[in-house]
Amino acid sequence: MNIHEYQGKEILQRFGVAVQEGIVAETPEQAVDAAKKLQQKTGTQWWVVKAQIHAGGRGKGGGVKLAKSLDEVKEKAGNIIGMQLVTPQTGAHGKKVHKVLIAQDVYYPGANPTKEFYMSVLLNRQTGRNIIMYSTEGGMDIEHVAATTPHLIFKEEINPSVGLQPYQARKIAFNLGVSGNAFKEMTKFVSSLYRAYVETDSSLFEINPVLKTSDDKILAVDAKVNLDDNALDRHPDYKALRDLNEEDPTEVEASEHNLNYVKLDGNVGCMVNGAGLAMATMDIIKLAGGEPANFLDVGGTANAQRVEAAFRIILKDKNVKTILVNIFGGIVRCDRVAQGIIDAYNSIGELPVPVIVRLEGTNAKEAKELIDKSGLKVYSAILLKEAAELVTKVLKKING
Amino acid sequence: MGVLVNKNSKIIVQGFTGSEGTFHSQQMIEYGTSVVGGITPGKGGTKHLDRPVFNTVEQAVKETGADVSIVFVPPAFAADAIMEAADTGVALVVAITEGIPIRDMIMVREFLRGKKTRLIGPNCPGVITAGECKVGIMPGFVFQPGTIGIVSKSGTLTYEAADQVVKAGLGISTAIGIGGDPIIGTTTKEAVELFMNDSETEGIVMIGEIGGTLEAEAARWIKANSRKPVVGFIAGQTAPAGRRMGHAGAIVGGAEDTAAAKMKIMRECGINVVESPAEIGSTMARVMNKVVA
Repeated sequence: MNIHEYQGKEILQRFGVAVQEGIVAETPEQAVDAAKKLQQKTGTQWWVVKAQIHAGGRGKGGGVKLAKSLDEVKEKAGNIIGMQLVTPQTGAHGKKVHKVLIAQDVYYPGANPTKEFYMSVLLNRQTGRNIIMYSTEGGMDIEHVAATTPHLIFKEEINPSVGLQPYQARKIAFNLGVSGNAFKEMTKFVSSLYRAYVETDSSLFEINPVLKTSDDKILAVDAKVNLDDNALDRHPDYKALRDLNEEDPTEVEASEHNLNYVKLDGNVGCMVNGAGLAMATMDIIKLAGGEPANFLDVGGTANAQRVEAAFRIILKDKNVKTILVNIFGGIVRCDRVAQGIIDAYNSIGELPVPVIVRLEGTNAKEAKELIDKSGLKVYSAILLKEAAELVTKVLKKING
Repeated sequence: MGVLVNKNSKIIVQGFTGSEGTFHSQQMIEYGTSVVGGITPGKGGTKHLDRPVFNTVEQAVKETGADVSIVFVPPAFAADAIMEAADTGVALVVAITEGIPIRDMIMVREFLRGKKTRLIGPNCPGVITAGECKVGIMPGFVFQPGTIGIVSKSGTLTYEAADQVVKAGLGISTAIGIGGDPIIGTTTKEAVELFMNDSETEGIVMIGEIGGTLEAEAARWIKANSRKPVVGFIAGQTAPAGRRMGHAGAIVGGAEDTAAAKMKIMRECGINVVESPAEIGSTMARVMNKVVA
C-alpha cells in the first residue's frame, strides 16, 4: 500500500528519523495557519508547498513550490490544491491534488554547504535479504544516476538474524563523505530508518533527498513509503492511512467484492481466474489486435455473484467494446462457472457488448453446451487459440 | 519417477483439519497420493480423514516416516509452520498459503540457509508428478503422464500449459508451481536444473511473469548447461509499469523486469520463446519432433 509523504514522515518520526517538518492542509486558509504554526515551531522563514499525491516527480509537474511569505503560501497552496498534477509517474491524465504539505525550508544558509543524498531500503529478491541502497547523488532521478554514474550507487545488505550492525551504518556514512557532527547524525539516521522499515513491515522506503543541512543535521526531505499489504493485519492503524482518492473508484469497488482488478486503457475487457492466466489473457488480447481494458482475477470461486460483480465492474469502463471471459476450471467446475455466467447475464439483463466465453478444464464440454443452449448471445470457445481468434473476429465486426 | 515427489513419497499436511487442508487432502488422497497424516496443534491423538493427527511436525515425521510436508496454514502463522517442518529435516516443504508477509519470508529464507530441506512456494499450486503423486491444489486429471517438465510462477497458467502439452500428444513428468511471491524457496533455475538431471524428462516448459530476475537467471543457466529443449513464455507483455498484477511479485520495477526484456534474454539463451500463451503446447510438440527427427 502506498501512503503520502506526510504520512510516511509521521511514521519515520515515530522511529526517531529526523525529517523536514511539515503540516498538511486541504485549503489555502489551512495552509496559512499551518505555515504560521510551523514558523513558531521551527523558526522557518520560508515554506515549501508540496502536493500530496501518490507519485514521484512532483516538482517537475509544478507540484512543489517555494513560498517566501504567508501571502505566497496562500497563493501557491491555492494554485496547487485542486490542480490535475501531471508528473513522469502519473501518466498523461495526471492526478488531482487534494492536500498539500506545508513544509519548513531546510536549505537555509549557514556555516557549511548543504548536500543532498539518496537512500532507499528494499528487498533484494535474489538473496531474500533487505538492502540499503544509497548514493552521493541525491535529489535527482535515481534511474538516471544508475545509468550515468553507477559507481556512485552503493548497496549494503543486512543479515536478518542480527539486523543492521553499527559498522554498516558507519560504512554508509563514510561512503557518503560526511564528517564531524553530520557523521554522527547520519549513522543515527541510517539505523533509525532501518528499524522503522523492519518494524512497520514496509516493502519500500525511498528517501530522496536525504539532506545534510548547513548546520550539519541529516533530514529526510521526502519520504516514499510503501507498506507490505500482506502485513497490514498486524498494523491496523496503518490501514487507516489508505487514501481512496488516490485509487481508481472502480478498483476500490472491485476490492470490496474481493476481485483483483486493475484498470487499463484498452477496449477489450477480460475476466480470468488466476493472476498469471489473467496476464496471459491480456497478452492474447493484444496479439489478437485488441488492447486489454483491465486486469481482473476472479479468484478460485467464480460463482454467479462474483461473475456478476465482475461483469458490472468491467462494464463501468465505457471504452470496453467486448469482454473475454477466460476460465480454466480445476477444482472449480466449468459447468458451475457457465451457470454463473448465465445467471449473471439474466440478472444484469442485456449486456451491451459482445461476450466471448472460453471455459476449459473440468466439465468444459458440459459448460459449452450450457452456454450454447442458453440462447445467450455469446461466442463460446474451449481452446485458448479459439478464444484469441474470436477476439480478432469480434473486433473486426465492431470496427466494421 | 519425475522430480521432487513420486509414488514412494509420504506426505503430511500442516493445517490438516482446516477447511482448505481438509478439502485438498481429500483431493490428494483421491489422486492416489500417500497422505500419511497431518498436524493441527491441540488436536494430536485424534483422527481426520481416517489418518492420524499430530500436535507437532516432529511427532508426525517420527511416527509416519513422512518426507514431504504441505502447508495450508493461514498467512499469519505460515512462516512458523514452514520453519517447524524444515527443523525436522523433511526433504520437501510445499507452502500453498497466499499472503505471507515479506518480513516473515525473509526469516524463513534465512532459517532454511544450510538446511537440506527444499521449500516450494509459498503462494503456489504445489508439485505434481503425473500419475504418481500430487502435493498441491491443481486439478490432477489435466496432468497426464509423459516426458515434459513444467516450471511456472502461476497456478491456472500451469494448468493451461499442461493441458496444451497433453493435447499436443505429449505428457507431463512433473509440474512445479514455484509461486508468485517476491521471496520463494525454489527458483526457476533450480527447478530447471532438477529437470535437466531427470532421466525421464525430455523437454521443459518454463513459464514466468513480469517482475524479478528469476527467468533471466534460469535462461543463462540453460545457455551454459542445456541438454534438453526448453519452451518459454512470460506473462504480462501488456502490463503497465508500477502496477501490481495480482501476484505480490508481479510488478514491473526497472527495465529488466519487463516481459519484453525477459523474452529477449531467453531467446538469446536458446529458449523457444512463444509470444502467445496459446502456442505453448504446439511449440513444445514441434520442438520435440525436431529433436526426435
